[in-house]
Amino acid sequence: MSTNAPDNNVRSVRTMDYTGSERLTMNMGPQHPSAHGVFRAILTLEGERVVGVDSVIGYLHRCHEKLGESLTYVQYPTIASKTDYVAAMTSELAYVMAVEQLAKIDVPKRAQYLRVMMAELQRVASHCVWLGTWCLDMGGALGGGSTVFLYTIREREMVLDLFESLTGARLLYGFHQIGGVRYDLPEGWAAQCRSTIDLIDKRIGEYEGMLADNAFFHLRTKGVGVISRDLAQDVGIGGPLLRGSGINFDLRRDYPYSSYEDFTFKVPVETAGDCHARYLVRMVEFRESLKIVRQALDGLPEGPISSRPGVKSVAQVRVPKGESYARVEGPRGEVGCYLIGDGGAKPYRMKWRGASFSNLSVLPHIIPGHTVSDVVAIVGSTDPVFGEVDR
Amino acid sequence: MSGLSPALQGLIQGGAVLGLLIGVLTYVTLLERKFAARIQNRIGPRRVGPRGLLQPIADAVKLMIKEDLVPADADRRIFNLAPLVFMVPCFMIYASIPFAPGIGVADLNIGILFFLAVSSMEIVGLFMAGWASNNKYSLLSAMRAVNQIISYDLPYILAAMVPVILAGSLKMSDIVAAQSGLWFVFYPVLGQLGFIVFIIASVAAENRTPFDILEAESELIAGFRVEYSGMKFALIQLSEYAHVVGTSFLGALLFLGAWLGPGPAWLGPVWFLIKALIVFIVITWVRWSFIRVRVDQILQISWKLLLPVTVLLVMATAITVVMTGASGG
Repeated sequence: MSTNAPDNNVRSVRTMDYTGSERLTMNMGPQHPSAHGVFRAILTLEGERVVGVDSVIGYLHRCHEKLGESLTYVQYPTIASKTDYVAAMTSELAYVMAVEQLAKIDVPKRAQYLRVMMAELQRVASHCVWLGTWCLDMGGALGGGSTVFLYTIREREMVLDLFESLTGARLLYGFHQIGGVRYDLPEGWAAQCRSTIDLIDKRIGEYEGMLADNAFFHLRTKGVGVISRDLAQDVGIGGPLLRGSGINFDLRRDYPYSSYEDFTFKVPVETAGDCHARYLVRMVEFRESLKIVRQALDGLPEGPISSRPGVKSVAQVRVPKGESYARVEGPRGEVGCYLIGDGGAKPYRMKWRGASFSNLSVLPHIIPGHTVSDVVAIVGSTDPVFGEVDR
Repeated sequence: MSGLSPALQGLIQGGAVLGLLIGVLTYVTLLERKFAARIQNRIGPRRVGPRGLLQPIADAVKLMIKEDLVPADADRRIFNLAPLVFMVPCFMIYASIPFAPGIGVADLNIGILFFLAVSSMEIVGLFMAGWASNNKYSLLSAMRAVNQIISYDLPYILAAMVPVILAGSLKMSDIVAAQSGLWFVFYPVLGQLGFIVFIIASVAAENRTPFDILEAESELIAGFRVEYSGMKFALIQLSEYAHVVGTSFLGALLFLGAWLGPGPAWLGPVWFLIKALIVFIVITWVRWSFIRVRVDQILQISWKLLLPVTVLLVMATAITVVMTGASGG
């Protein structure tokens, strides 16, 4: 698949060469089975082939950054989880880390380990959603895709059960707080966690059994949506997409936070840059995340889970003047939170760097030249979550 | 029935087959849903009636009382006609199937030819539906439909020719009679290859996953039937199932010996139904295990792989028959 020569006026309808084919403008989304929320792609088609794509976002905008300015440092972490609701733990973590950096608050070792465990379990849960919905995109809700989807959702439910017994919530947790975490592990949780991750480890093999040797899966993913190394760097994509394009970069290893330096794990890198490479990267990440959770459970230190006493008033945490930027490696890439404090109980300015948003911006570069069927495969392989794109 | 005129007799037989058929088809949907549910670690329908046995009836009633919408910009006459044009060939294929010796509407001496010719006519209804809806998704789907069904009819027909050549007859009852010694699926090499190609090509000709690019709900929402609702949708859906089950009957007849089986003669139709359902289950199994193939890849598979294979297979069968004499059992 080669991309066309640049065409700056793709949406104009005009008669083409001797074949007489016309261009067709087709809306894909925001109401579409594979819109992954509310993504709208205005496709310009020549027959089945896409010659231009106009991505429209903003259907899920909820003024998160303004909310961040009007809520106190204590209130916002629970809201932060609503940006990327498929990986709520990650965005909470980014926010509290930014505040801790600004206020120079230390986090006890046990809390750091708990944070790592939650982040990695969240990555597994999030990748389950990615694999399921991606196969749903390629295989249809009335076909083999939905089979993979139901299998992965089954495992995600197990992870959510763990979160529920820890925090009482299944989607938006409010687990992190400034200076540590809010809940300690309940009795029996560690054993339940161990058996769950052992089971998931086995079940990942089941997914691979359905996909790895499946000729149709290879046909649909290999050579589709190739992001070259240069393009990846120019656009600023992150996470599995970046590693699928041959760039060996992982915040957890290169800029460790929250005691990630204590854990040994592999950072998978593929050079092909296509949908299949991204699949391979994420499949390895599945297992590496489980490995990190095991290490964290083994080495979980005793001690307090928070360096600060419980707050009695939401305006109790005051941070000094200054600015900070904290970034964590979320399931979709770098999730960053930028804060400017003015000495009060609320930040002066808060800014999110959403991983999905940055990843989505690569689409107009890679979609043209592919067919309509590939569009859904490519969008699915970038794993966007629109809560995080629009915030 | 000896006192009745042949025309009336034909009408009664046709009506009986059609009535039974619609009954079977509604329950085939339940079978597929239950089977798919088991594949996917689910339970499937179980609320309506004992073990969900009344679910198909509830579905039918629901579809009948749904509002029937016609898009404002649709070509109204063609839009309304399309489900019927789609339905007629899908049901007419049953006319040529004998369900047991002497039972059936018409055991034509060119039965296979009739079946294959009529079954490929469904494309007309598909294209009418896609075109008349005046919807971009439907239009793309209709274009895909023409591409795909024409490409896959060739390997489909050629694969069906293997048993025909082995039996030396186009008449369905003769083909079954020829299998009384050995079902064609057990015929060394040729039978197995022919059966596999037949299954693949029929999955494609029926637009089921992995070849369901026509409805491709993650790309084209529901393809050619995206604008249909209520009973018209039900007709299209029913016709699709009729086509799938009809093809399963054909597969059971061509390769699995139709009504041949142990037990008294009256068990024949039961054996036939069981074998047809086995073929149907295989097709369903494929459907719920694979992801969809892209449209250009579908055409490549057809023209570059299946067509040469089936042509070679037909030639090999012909040579075998000439060398050893028509099997005839």
